[in-house]
Amino acid sequence: MNDNEIVWRIAGGSGDGIDSTGTNFTKALMRSGLNVTTHRHYPSRIRGGHTYYEVRASPDDIKARADEYNVLLALGDSFARSPDEEAVYGNEEVKPLTENLDDLAEGGVIVYDTGVIDTDDIPDFDERVEENDWNVYPLNLREIAKEQGREVMRNTAGVGATAAAIGFDLDSIKDVMSDSMGGDILESNVEILRYTHDLLLEEHGVDHDVTVPDGEHDEEQVLVGGSHGIAYGALDEGCRFIAGYPMTPWTDVFAIMSKLLPEFGGVAEQVEDEIAAASMAIGASHTGAKAMSGSSGGGFALMSEPLGMAEGTETPVVLIEAMRGGPSTGLPTKTEQSDLEHVLYTGQGDSMRVVLAPGDVEEAYEQTRTAFQLAYGYNIPAIVLYDKKLSGGLTNVPASFFDREPDPSMEATLTEEEVQELKPEGAQDFPRFEYGAEKGVPPRPVPGQKNGRFKTSGNEHDQYGYIDEDPDNRVRQMDRRLSRFDHIRDDLDEQDHQKVHGEESPEYAVLSFGSNKGVVEEAAETLADEGWSVAAMNVSDMVPFDHESVRDFIEKAEQVFVVENNSTAQFRHHVQRELAGYDEKLTSILKYDGDPFRPAEVVDAVESAAEGGVETSYNVKIQHEQSRKGRDTETVKRLESVQGRGDPQ
Amino acid sequence: MSAFSAIGEETDVESDDYTPELEPQATWCPGCGDFIVLKALKQALAELGKNPDEVQLMTGIGCSGKLSSYFESYGFHTIHGRALPVARASKLINPELEVIAAGGDGDGYGIGGNHFMHTARENHDMTYIVFNNEVFGLTKGQPSPTSPKGHKSKMTPHGNAKAPMRPLSMALSAGATYVARTAAVNPRQAKEILVEAIEHDGFAHIDFLTQCPTWNKDAKQYVPYIDVQDSDEYDDFELDDMRSAWEMMRTTEDGLYEGKVLTGRFYKDDRRPSYQDEKKERGDLPQTPIAEDYFDDSHDWKRSYEIIDKHK
Repeated sequence: MNDNEIVWRIAGGSGDGIDSTGTNFTKALMRSGLNVTTHRHYPSRIRGGHTYYEVRASPDDIKARADEYNVLLALGDSFARSPDEEAVYGNEEVKPLTENLDDLAEGGVIVYDTGVIDTDDIPDFDERVEENDWNVYPLNLREIAKEQGREVMRNTAGVGATAAAIGFDLDSIKDVMSDSMGGDILESNVEILRYTHDLLLEEHGVDHDVTVPDGEHDEEQVLVGGSHGIAYGALDEGCRFIAGYPMTPWTDVFAIMSKLLPEFGGVAEQVEDEIAAASMAIGASHTGAKAMSGSSGGGFALMSEPLGMAEGTETPVVLIEAMRGGPSTGLPTKTEQSDLEHVLYTGQGDSMRVVLAPGDVEEAYEQTRTAFQLAYGYNIPAIVLYDKKLSGGLTNVPASFFDREPDPSMEATLTEEEVQELKPEGAQDFPRFEYGAEKGVPPRPVPGQKNGRFKTSGNEHDQYGYIDEDPDNRVRQMDRRLSRFDHIRDDLDEQDHQKVHGEESPEYAVLSFGSNKGVVEEAAETLADEGWSVAAMNVSDMVPFDHESVRDFIEKAEQVFVVENNSTAQFRHHVQRELAGYDEKLTSILKYDGDPFRPAEVVDAVESAAEGGVETSYNVKIQHEQSRKGRDTETVKRLESVQGRGDPQ
Repeated sequence: MSAFSAIGEETDVESDDYTPELEPQATWCPGCGDFIVLKALKQALAELGKNPDEVQLMTGIGCSGKLSSYFESYGFHTIHGRALPVARASKLINPELEVIAAGGDGDGYGIGGNHFMHTARENHDMTYIVFNNEVFGLTKGQPSPTSPKGHKSKMTPHGNAKAPMRPLSMALSAGATYVARTAAVNPRQAKEILVEAIEHDGFAHIDFLTQCPTWNKDAKQYVPYIDVQDSDEYDDFELDDMRSAWEMMRTTEDGLYEGKVLTGRFYKDDRRPSYQDEKKERGDLPQTPIAEDYFDDSHDWKRSYEIIDKHK
């Protein structure tokens, strides 16, 4: 553990308010002047089942979740199934404690609710405490909350106690609580906060050095996640229509937009399925609005057909794809980056779409805006690809970051006046798909504009949009549509998404995409501190690919590690396909157990692969093996051939 | 000036004004019922004085889907079964457009059945024409959702084992507020029903019997037809009474397969607000068309920074 950080984890059952308590505590830490990142772990269940919320806070520039944590607040799972019930998944009541011991750092702090958890039920608990030098503070939080009025206040009771244990000032917490509560409720919560705070100090005294570091921000911060970045980017770009169907983790963006669109003068639609959702976004866009839809893997599969319609009819639209574990229903609430190929290739015919994969909250905002600009600048669908980790992980960003001008403009859409000027003399229809259009993008009229009427069709069509199977027309239309990508690439080059983090000409290079940005950057920093010659690059531009930057990065290094959260190295294969080669230079570091990478795992995998002289073109697969007792955790690194079939070493 | 001056403009228009110069002649088979849909639609819009530039026609896939190629307006030939979701978003973004969706029985009742049900349920203000020829035509004679039991084809060598679905009573149960059946053999009634449907403020569903002389039946098999509004035998139901309308629909649906072709209006409910009005009432849809905002230089575009304080 870094001495200059605190990593606080609150654990309980789904439905126990763990998430909101965690977010409030995170805000309090942020307001105290610290940088924060959060990670949520939860099951696909409404009530009950082990869940935790982890916040890492430091005055340093932190970019990822921590490698381990040092403060645990273990509440009970109030919806736990008891052993007398038929469906019981182990002793759920003690899980907030047992499930979280493996990652707890040596010398760490445990505050747990004796009202629910009996450590006698936990094998070897006392031995582990002694072995790891943990500081344990048992308190009957449930009983205290009941005595103070309401049992639901046990979360607050726990927060007060952990604040005391780590020397965190209660004022910041009270401040955050007063944002969402008032009157008697606020008063009784503040009371219990102070009560347990003082009780812990009185009953136990604090005799350890795990404390909240001091920090100070240069300017006011806001606590936001990738879903906020995407939604706010869309709103600032003038998006005023969304249609969707709920699916984790995409629902976050959909919910934010559905709540805000009415007050922003737009409209949100929850519809019967994702086919309708994407089709509606296309219908809205055709009628002149900036529109979006989106889903996660399975729902996005249903959008394949409308996505093709947008490609074929050159209707601009932005689709969001929030990845989770697959295949099929897979791991609904867990992190994976295994829909890359799905998003790149789904649909019949040659793919003609823009795909961007932002790496953090700021990029989520900026690249969503870019996606809209490209979609409406080139009359093409643009996809923003992200995942459960980026969606739900919160971090602090300067409030001023969002102080931007809105841009509702649609570059390749005509006004009624422009339609009159451009309409060829004597033509009945508007030539919406003209061969010789600048940049390959014929601008579009909007239904209702006088003299703008045109046809469009998912069938191949002529310059006026009428169905046409003539070979010459076919080739000219395909070539025109494809020619847009060179211009899109030029636009993206100005944004410079692919940056080298670290040495310019390193011996070892770490390449990743999407939400692993912070992880590989921290890993590269750690390796550099240890004396390695290393640099990281996170790729966002999936289509059109940034050949120049990525090739240059790979060329300069002696060995390249490609980090991604899937089992078949989809990103590595995409890179190789785009750059035609480098098989001998790339080694994959893959993780697909549902948990996002931690920086230390990347460091460890790079070190062991490099030092162990692993032949390149092999995968380093990371898997954590845990005994059922919850101890003897061991990171298992399996080295396999790229295909994962033959010659395991 | 409105950004869309074709909308609501007084137009002196004749039915030929809806004939595209680029595709003046439809490529349907000789004797196909689809020709009558096209003709009736042109007549109806001419009667209503609609400017071709204020009409947005969305079609599905199949012979019927080609309607947008042969009809002069803004035309969007979508994908199989999806004309309705494309159309209803179009109406929400610009409620002043005249939005018409069209497709076949396979398109609307089969692959797009879910959209049909939900568009009716939500009562979007649009007209939906289903070319019901009881067969898949373009793909060569396979059974459709409205094919009669026993229909023989390459797919059903022993005859279709499935009973046909019931488009009228299904539209009613789902929530459509105007339900009619007309037939290509009765162009006068078809035009009148189309005018009513377009004028109706809500989801208007027209099941349009269009003979397919190549794979199914020729026009003779839809004659004689009965207009239920003109018939003493069938006129004892109330157009705005769901229960009696439903019974009449059941009789009509069964009759089609027993050689009795019943047509006319079966349900009309003017009490229920359209979806866009419902959304406006709740503050979920702006009072003025969203499409206008993008062409209005003085529109105040709210930005995310205005709501960022809650994250502090």
